[in-house]
Amino acid sequence: MEPFDPAELPELLKLYYRRLFPYAQYYRWLNYGGVVKNYFQHREFSFTLKDDIYIRYQSFNNQSDLEKEMQKMNPYKIDIGAVYSHRPNQHNTVKLGAFQAQEKELVFDIDMTDYDDVRRCCSSADICSKCWTLMTMAIRIIDRALKEDFGFKHRLWVYSGRRGVHCWVCDESVRKLSSAVRSGIVEYLSLVKGGQDVKKKVHLSENVHPFVRKSISIIKKYFEGYALVGQDILENKESWDKILALVPENILSQDHFYVSLQYNEKGDHFNFQKHHSSLQRWEYLKKAASQCPSNIKNEKCGPWLEWEIMLQYCFPRLDINVSKGINHLLKSPFSVHPKTGRISVPIDLQKVDQFDPFAVPTISSICHELDAIFTSEAEKEENQAESDIKHRTRDYKKTSLAPYVKVFEQFLENLDKSRKGELLKKSDLQKDF
Amino acid sequence: MEFSGVKRRKPWLIGDQRKASYPHSLQFYLQPPSENISLIEFENLAIDRLKLLKSVENLGVSYVKGTELYQSKLEAEIRRLKFSYRESLEDEYEPRRKDHISHFILRLAYCQSEDLRRWFIQQEMDLLRFRFSILPKDKIQSFLQDSHLHFEAISEEEKNLREQEIIASSTSLGGPKLELEYVYKIPFADALDLFRGRKVYLENGFAYVPLKDIVAIILNEFRAKLSKALALSTKSFPPCMRQLHKALRENHHLRHGGRMQYGLFLKGIGLTLEQALQFWKQEFIKGKMDPDKFDKGYSYNIRHSFGKEGKRTDYTPFSCLKIILTNPPSQGDYHGCPFRHSDPELLKQKLQSYKITPGGISQILDLVKGTHYQVACQKYFEMTHNVDDCGFSLNHPNQFFVESQRVLNGGKDIKKESIPPETPQPKQSAQKTKNASSALASLNSSLEMDMEGLEDYFSE
Repeated sequence: MEPFDPAELPELLKLYYRRLFPYAQYYRWLNYGGVVKNYFQHREFSFTLKDDIYIRYQSFNNQSDLEKEMQKMNPYKIDIGAVYSHRPNQHNTVKLGAFQAQEKELVFDIDMTDYDDVRRCCSSADICSKCWTLMTMAIRIIDRALKEDFGFKHRLWVYSGRRGVHCWVCDESVRKLSSAVRSGIVEYLSLVKGGQDVKKKVHLSENVHPFVRKSISIIKKYFEGYALVGQDILENKESWDKILALVPENILSQDHFYVSLQYNEKGDHFNFQKHHSSLQRWEYLKKAASQCPSNIKNEKCGPWLEWEIMLQYCFPRLDINVSKGINHLLKSPFSVHPKTGRISVPIDLQKVDQFDPFAVPTISSICHELDAIFTSEAEKEENQAESDIKHRTRDYKKTSLAPYVKVFEQFLENLDKSRKGELLKKSDLQKDF
Repeated sequence: MEFSGVKRRKPWLIGDQRKASYPHSLQFYLQPPSENISLIEFENLAIDRLKLLKSVENLGVSYVKGTELYQSKLEAEIRRLKFSYRESLEDEYEPRRKDHISHFILRLAYCQSEDLRRWFIQQEMDLLRFRFSILPKDKIQSFLQDSHLHFEAISEEEKNLREQEIIASSTSLGGPKLELEYVYKIPFADALDLFRGRKVYLENGFAYVPLKDIVAIILNEFRAKLSKALALSTKSFPPCMRQLHKALRENHHLRHGGRMQYGLFLKGIGLTLEQALQFWKQEFIKGKMDPDKFDKGYSYNIRHSFGKEGKRTDYTPFSCLKIILTNPPSQGDYHGCPFRHSDPELLKQKLQSYKITPGGISQILDLVKGTHYQVACQKYFEMTHNVDDCGFSLNHPNQFFVESQRVLNGGKDIKKESIPPETPQPKQSAQKTKNASSALASLNSSLEMDMEGLEDYFSE
């Protein structure tokens, strides 16, 4: 892949917005079939231009208008906001208090930085293939709940371009949800609570809600590979002490537990030393934690402790502020990440385990691909202008961006199908012929 | 022995009809009452309900709500005051009707301020919670259905399929006894307080809620609806009627001109004669008026304005023009058009107390200076209803009320875009205005009433 140089962005973006950005599909999405008048025209976009110039309340009349503006402004970043009561670019002409955010997709932002306390391989903005599994698990857990518990049908997952993923829930009824219900949904999906000063962040009650149980089943599929092998969380004293810090004092100090993990002369946990891998130590820890001594009453015996540890290390961490506000702005799909050059591409849910953020095309790579094709084809074409126009509509298809646009199109197909179904239902009820 | 059958024949027929109008011992008070009731009894009804609500308040403070002691004391109190509380074999019609009508009288009385509203809602909720708690389980489904709440109890099969999940989710259930519990299926967004804390099982967008938890949801629904209804009551009254209402509260007595204007207005907004009478009665009783004097004197007046006495003329409620031009108020009067008859400084204060913005107030005062009283009132409408253009040409207090109800009950077509529209919305609302004003015009067309007879009767 062509290396990305941020300094080249202005030129790259020019080409990207002229030849590669999938305007037709993008408009098809946000227009939502044109069922509601002015839905697209009342949508807020925000542009971040070169030198961090930030412009809010952009809005457009139609696809062509959008295209022209984006090509003219060459934004480094594009964010999508809410659908307002009036055209956002005229909000200053509206009477005070009358300009209101009315609808927006329900969105989620999962950021790898929020897991810094539980990943050993990277920190901050860095990611690697080892810790990317956290995102895989997050997508599986959240998506299952959105689909099976809440009944949401149109969910678009997108790679953020650097260190996380976004989810856009686009069902018609969901776009109308109040801020209170959105907050409630995030609360339902939250299990890991507490900041840096809190050691134990997950506490399960005796009654385990089906959502929690199903999430644990998902984590179990990945735990060995991710936590015990990849992250090697019980590799050495430094790392396993962190885990033991999550074991409640009263269990840790129980005779049987203490004996099992008794120290040798060097002060190391004897039996942990005996075992040679995180895998073995984990098995041992599970057994020790779940043993029920007859003399201890009111203790949680059973798998709760094991589950709490797994959840703290693997369960998704959501930012409630992103999801609850109807007017919150979130990075647009197919936007470019100015630091990495990666395109924010849709993720194929059927192949979530295979998704590789390092294989996601960068703007330089696809521009390079385009140039290569263009030069070779132009050599065959006689009329330059003709080939230029002919290529414009299908350019992205010739680059590595194509498969990702296809995922997007599948998503749009489903939206269309749903919409037609709804319209049919309504007209049946009204007996329109 | 046969005679007992004969003796009961008449009441049975009426009984069926009566049962149909109040099928349950409790209700959500969705519809205002609309039938005849004896006046003297009515004065007592309002007072009785007030006594009941005060008892609810006191018992709630002295005992822990929901305990046996609280329940038995509350039940005794309800029974003592002869309100409905429990399904039984006896004829429940009277107590239920009493419950219904007295609730609506107090609504009108308690809508006026935030404090009053809060108190009223709190006691009514406690009362409803109690009644619901003693409702037999098999009656719950039919009660919910009749109250138009879309809570479906799921079948045994559906329950069995999800038994484990429901038990694992609901903390209110005490173990594996699901067969004894009713479980309701409701859209997840209606169970916000339950699902946010993962206290309920969710599947495909629905929450499966056991009976105990449904109560909390229902009470929240009730509170929300009642709160809205009370707020709307105040908001929909035009300023000329609002000040009469307020004055009535404060002084419990209005001079003639005020009574006429208000009585006719209430008639216009659909209060039946009996409701109007009961309202008047309520107000005057507070001012320590003799109920007999009321029946003989003032109620004659109101009956007259409804066309039930004397000339049997159906007086149509006063139009704005009539209120502005005739019968100006003097000291101690509260009728008339506040934009025409109030001192500008007092008017300004009043508008401030109604929370109009300074910009809006100055616009209104300018209109008043230019003697455009009705347009000033339209401006008031626009400010209080948060619309750019009220969409109608005001000429009648009842029109104000009707338009207000339309806007507040979700008539989004009244609002217009401030931007040159691509849509024909302005035309639409003009169309609506036409219809509304033509209806009112026909009301107004039965013109001038001869008021002299009445004037004489009431000159004191």
